[in-house]
Amino acid sequence: MMTLRLGRWCFAVLVACVAGTLGVEAAPGKASAKIDRMVLSRLDELGIPPSDLCTDEVFLRRVYLDLIGTLPTAEEAAAFLKSNATNKRSDLIDALFERPEFADYWSLKWCDLLRVKAEFPSKLWPNAVQAYHRWVRQALVNNTPYDDFARALLTSSGSNFRVAPVNFYRAMPEREPDTTARVVALTFMGARTDGWPAEKARNLAAFFGHVNYKGTAEWKEEIVFHDPVKEYLDPETEQPVPAILPDGTAVELDPNEDPRVVFADWLVGSRVFADNIVNRVWFWLLGRGVVHEPDDLRADNPPSNAPLLAFLSEELVRNEYDLRHVYRIILNSKTYQRASIHNEGNLSDEVNFSRYYPRRLGAEVLIDAICQITKTTESYSSEIPEPFTFIPENQRSIKLSDGSITSPFLDLYGRPPRDTGYESERNNTPSAAQKLHLLNSTHIQTKIASNKQLLGMTTKKQKNKKKPVAGWLEPADAIENMYLTILSRYPTAKETNVAIAYVRDGGLGRYDASVDLVWALLNTKEFIFKH
Amino acid sequence: MNTNSRIERSRRDLLASAAVGAGGLMLGSPLQASAVKDGKAKAVIQIWMWGGPSHLDTFDPKPEAGADYCGPFNAPIETNVNGIRIGQKLPLMAQQADSYSIIRSMTHGINAHETASYVTQTGRPVGGDVYPCAGAVVSRFKGYDAGYNGLLPPYIVLTKPQGRFSESGFMGLRYKPFATGGKPSAPVFTVEGVIQKGITEARQKNRRDLLASLETFGSKMKDNPEFKHMDGCQEQAYELILGDAGKVFDVNTEDPKLRERYGKSDFGASCLIARKLVEAGVPYVTINYNGWDTHKKHFDIMNTKLTELDRGFSTLLDDLRQRGLLDSTIVWWGGEFGRSPKIQWDAPWNGGRSHFGKCFSHVVAGGGFQGGQVVGASNATGEEVADRPVYPWDLIGSVYEQLGIDTTARLPHPQGLDARVCPTEADGVTMGGRLREIMS
Repeated sequence: MMTLRLGRWCFAVLVACVAGTLGVEAAPGKASAKIDRMVLSRLDELGIPPSDLCTDEVFLRRVYLDLIGTLPTAEEAAAFLKSNATNKRSDLIDALFERPEFADYWSLKWCDLLRVKAEFPSKLWPNAVQAYHRWVRQALVNNTPYDDFARALLTSSGSNFRVAPVNFYRAMPEREPDTTARVVALTFMGARTDGWPAEKARNLAAFFGHVNYKGTAEWKEEIVFHDPVKEYLDPETEQPVPAILPDGTAVELDPNEDPRVVFADWLVGSRVFADNIVNRVWFWLLGRGVVHEPDDLRADNPPSNAPLLAFLSEELVRNEYDLRHVYRIILNSKTYQRASIHNEGNLSDEVNFSRYYPRRLGAEVLIDAICQITKTTESYSSEIPEPFTFIPENQRSIKLSDGSITSPFLDLYGRPPRDTGYESERNNTPSAAQKLHLLNSTHIQTKIASNKQLLGMTTKKQKNKKKPVAGWLEPADAIENMYLTILSRYPTAKETNVAIAYVRDGGLGRYDASVDLVWALLNTKEFIFKH
Repeated sequence: MNTNSRIERSRRDLLASAAVGAGGLMLGSPLQASAVKDGKAKAVIQIWMWGGPSHLDTFDPKPEAGADYCGPFNAPIETNVNGIRIGQKLPLMAQQADSYSIIRSMTHGINAHETASYVTQTGRPVGGDVYPCAGAVVSRFKGYDAGYNGLLPPYIVLTKPQGRFSESGFMGLRYKPFATGGKPSAPVFTVEGVIQKGITEARQKNRRDLLASLETFGSKMKDNPEFKHMDGCQEQAYELILGDAGKVFDVNTEDPKLRERYGKSDFGASCLIARKLVEAGVPYVTINYNGWDTHKKHFDIMNTKLTELDRGFSTLLDDLRQRGLLDSTIVWWGGEFGRSPKIQWDAPWNGGRSHFGKCFSHVVAGGGFQGGQVVGASNATGEEVADRPVYPWDLIGSVYEQLGIDTTARLPHPQGLDARVCPTEADGVTMGGRLREIMS
């Protein structure tokens, strides 16, 4: 089994060799440039002209939403737009990694994929949900190398409350090795075992045939452990199923060894392991995978740009599985920073990244943005178990750990139910019902009306008077503040004129007219989409 | 059905949304013509008893079992059908027993809310994929994919989504219910998004113009397919906001005497609105009726709550019948389980009932289901099924049959897997059999 133990080494060596022939791209800037060359080369082949680079105001809003799932504040927007620093885009990218929202937002993503939910069909129970979410978040804060992250999830043993990554084996609808194998392949290989020969899936399941579970004296505590005695038998032949790795290598399992470790050793050294995660990161940031769907990697679903996928994987391995490096080289590329506005030749391109593809804001990001703008909060509670748990009012929605917490708004906007771990569970397709809610619900109207400052109201203390005097900002100033707060940019002269005319001639009082202005900006495509 | 009263979306919009489908955005996969035909029933009103109502205190009284089982409710009442007795707090329902049938042998054996809700509402055993609930399935076979062109969404829930599990399962967002939000018994029922207090129609129109003139970015990308789709969504939304369709939620136009009979509670108003929705052509309405998870203060709560239920439910049946809608509308009443027949007298429950999935009752009426029948039986204490077990898939499969939905038809699956409307014995479930004894 020599080759097995050398799995990671093999791929690492391969990467080193390839790097040797192609020239090492050490600096992130160079790697970003290489991404651009690869994308442009493909576009060139196809005769598709790329869009121009986006403006600073577009970049600012985009990178905030993509990287930390959070809208810039008016102050942040103004400061960035004013800055003359030469590297202000890459400096901003670096700064955003350090924000707590970075870890919040990507924990949300990971918890979608890991099906983190207190009840049905995964039944983690709230304590374990908290522990698991905290563990994932801490890994993101620490920037734990991705291979270590995966290895911890795959090989841990212990209590669901105390050794949080064991919950990987609990966040599944069933606990048969077949289900585990399906989930492992989907999560770490982007592979759907439904399309595999049954034999191949079963041979993978053999690596999880000794995973066992037992309760403790503590309510809902559960120990996940390697059970050498447990057997995984073929349902037809009733013989032990041979352990064969997805690449076809048969493994003689040592009864004293946890086969999960054997599998994890192979996995983290495999090409598919790197391909899967870099392709997902690309998908998360650009809205479409190099292989698409991003969790459907297979020979007959080729990447739209094979050299690009290979390069991203090599960069990951060369940089010790540092995911932030992959994020960084993508975000600093011109490819990521292209305008979403199409030119005459690239409207129909939806797969080669000749422009940035606009996407509707995700459910949690959207409601957080609305709450930030209107200085309001959302109420969330969990019915599991009784007595109900209430989430602190000022907590952002991207920080919700538990998929069992229900919310009509989040449901309406396509938050994933965390049933399967498929990326497609999150549905960002706009619907008429969503539009109805944003246009005309009491929920949104109440929020808009509650931020008096945003509407342009002022209070001034006056000498010799106890009560401050209420007043209004100059309409143009109020409108500028609305634009910076909601759309993270200054209004154009035309927009200012339209807005002023609405305030002056709309036949409404200043208050109602201001409510309508905020309402209109919240309903523009510019607000609802990342672009 | 009175087709004149149906509120139809204009052909233009239909074409607009079809164009979106061609653009590759999410639209339901095509429906095979054989998957659905005209059935006896055209619509379903589901009264979902969130939390699980006691079967002993409603439709399966057991006075002979003694005070430890029936508590203060020891005097069930005769109904207008010979030989059928129901709980003493349901006198109005007793006068209408000829219009519904009681299934006293519902069973699945699950005592956890989430799992029991899933099994009871999807008619699927636990395990594997998360399947859609009945409302989502009906939305698939009777909704937009099947040519439904109402302005109102084909699957509506009053008022909140029920949570517990994803209603549309693997079929996804397209088949989720439209949740009204708001308070049905309020003077103005502000259905989220549809009805907004204090904004005049003129202002709505001005707002719409304002928005159009501030769509700076959107106007640069008019040809973008996603943006076109968004425009279509907005047009549809405005048809509901500015058009007449939303008036269906206004109960103020109804006869005050009728409103009185339904009761002025949220549940009563919901029953009335459900009738109006069905009348307007909506194929599936769920009334998510909260408050039946009565571990404590059970009998205190039942004293008021059952009266509310009695008024709303009985008036709904009567109203549907008088309007000639009962023959084409299934009314399905029930929760995820029953409640423990044996009362928990000890602290901290102090006279409560816990979850009970082994044996409980559901009620069906209309849409081709006969009235005045009892299906199956529980034992003397209501703790075991004594005769003719009925599993959730038996009941839901029967509902689908009455609607003309082929129970072997395929459901749209995101990974293209072979998923069927109803499970069979091949899926490893025990079948009690469809409710042939009450299906006409």
